[in-house]
Amino acid sequence: MLYSFKIASRYLTANRAQTALLIFGVAVGVYVFVFMSALIGGLAVLLLDRTVGNIAHITIEPSDRDPVSLYGASDGTLVAVLKSTEQRSTLQSAAPLLPAIKAIPHVTTVVGEILGSGFLTKGEAIAPVAVTGVEAEQVSAIANIAGNLTAGSTGLAINTALLGWGLADTLGVRVGQTVTLRSERGIEQTLTVGGIFSLGVASLDDAAIYLNIRAARVLFDLPEGLTRLEVKLDDLELAPGVAVDIANATGLKVTPWTAMNQQLLDGLVAQARSGDLIKGFALVTIVIGVASALLLSTYRRQSEIGIMRAMGATRRFVVFVFVIQGALIGLIGGLLGAGLGYLSLLPFPLPEATSGGGLPIDIRQGAYGTAILLTLIGAIIAAIWPASTASRVDPVKVIGL
Amino acid sequence: MTEADPLLAVNNLVKTFDEGETSVTVLKGLDLTLGRGEIAALLGPSGSGKSTLLNVLGTLMRPTSGAFEMLGLNLVGARDVDLTEFRNQHIGFVFQAHHLLSDFTALENVMFPAATRKGRETAVDRRRATDLLDQVGLADRRDFAASKLSGGQKQRVAVARALMNNPELVLADEPTGNLDRESANRVMELLIEINGADGTTFFISTHDEKTANRCRRQIHMVDGRVVDA
Repeated sequence: MLYSFKIASRYLTANRAQTALLIFGVAVGVYVFVFMSALIGGLAVLLLDRTVGNIAHITIEPSDRDPVSLYGASDGTLVAVLKSTEQRSTLQSAAPLLPAIKAIPHVTTVVGEILGSGFLTKGEAIAPVAVTGVEAEQVSAIANIAGNLTAGSTGLAINTALLGWGLADTLGVRVGQTVTLRSERGIEQTLTVGGIFSLGVASLDDAAIYLNIRAARVLFDLPEGLTRLEVKLDDLELAPGVAVDIANATGLKVTPWTAMNQQLLDGLVAQARSGDLIKGFALVTIVIGVASALLLSTYRRQSEIGIMRAMGATRRFVVFVFVIQGALIGLIGGLLGAGLGYLSLLPFPLPEATSGGGLPIDIRQGAYGTAILLTLIGAIIAAIWPASTASRVDPVKVIGL
Repeated sequence: MTEADPLLAVNNLVKTFDEGETSVTVLKGLDLTLGRGEIAALLGPSGSGKSTLLNVLGTLMRPTSGAFEMLGLNLVGARDVDLTEFRNQHIGFVFQAHHLLSDFTALENVMFPAATRKGRETAVDRRRATDLLDQVGLADRRDFAASKLSGGQKQRVAVARALMNNPELVLADEPTGNLDRESANRVMELLIEINGADGTTFFISTHDEKTANRCRRQIHMVDGRVVDA
């Protein structure tokens, strides 16, 4: 093996220009692989950040209060259940649940909210709104209000409201002006616009209004309890599993973000597959390049292979010589391509920080190790055919006595 | 010597080549015995089967039929991997066109037969290869690339390489065929000297009467048979 390595490396260094060109070709393939991994991965991060970044990863709501059917559904039996409308669906005793939820792995933030709807008026202008009442210090815990303020501040006093910029535009209000909010319970309150935000999500920017939770309790006649809890995780891809854990721990209705964004997930999967296809083509190009170069080498070195065989080199020795050449080309090309890929991705900001129009490249998702490993394996596989051909060289035919 | 201490013996050796629907028999029931320590010349016109005989004796080609024993071993039915090992340990080759590995130094070329068997170049083999290069008068060329050596020097490196594993038999195919008279003399003197010094058997195929006359035994082949040994 050691001696095969020496012969292989000598063959590669004997024609440096050709070897350098071959390694460069492999490196380009690996570069494409790394770049595509970073681009597809970055695109996914950007889409998720833009779509899921300002919503909860998991929402926790009260269980349905629908009456339990005494009759099981069976063939020929139609059972109708009348939805309960007698009581509002609220989390009356949410406080004791919070420590248990926070203790579940991957949960980073739990926010209690009072949700409701109403109409916001300014003079003759009126607009329907979706109201979220939160503790003042948690206003940016789910949606990044603080990071997306276009005017004012996030301070939520009891008579202060934060408005989406579309809503503010519809009503023609600015920071410091007053508006009147009439809730679905018919209760009115005058509020001062403390800040205006732009989350980039039309449904939020055009209708969302954030209030101090104490103001919301008055407006929606809910002296205690919460409408729902919203949870953020350290890894949003774990949401389905953590949702199950929370449901088991609380017995409440728990919904991960994935259940409400199936189209986005389908799109991401399709996008990932497209990326895999391109990366696959890059690998196939590498394999074909290495195989053809080594095959040419076996033809050019036929007489030397014949000499080796005549001198007592086994077929296995010859196979090793060419497989090791393939492995060296794959390893060096892989390291070079991955290194160049990493360096060229350095100037790109992370997808989360990408502004509109910028390439959402995620340097963290270059799949450098995978690229090097797959290239190494691909190059070894590519070398097997030429190596096998070389090992079958008949010394008599190429150097015959 | 031949009768008392045989190195190899072939009996009724036949080698037929199939060429499409026809076949050509090159060796036609050949008998030959070579003794240990012999230096014999193989003579014969082109097409008489000299090269085919050397290929068979070198275990590079299998005979169609007949018996072939060397060092008491029947080599006719041996497996390919066993023949490769046998060839490595017991047979050396000197080709007309030297056939050195061009990207390797003289020393590396000489060490090749030992290194390929052991899987590495050992210090012991390096010393032996250096001694052999010294023996063939190329000690000062040991680190020269094979491609930088003259024709005569290459052939002497090839002789050193053939001796690396202390083979009992060295098969030489027109070893002086591509050399000028002075280099040819020097190579032949070298072979005779080595034969005299360590008793290695040399079997030399040649068209050159002067080269053949320097060998103690001449074997003539005509039409696939030995006619005068």
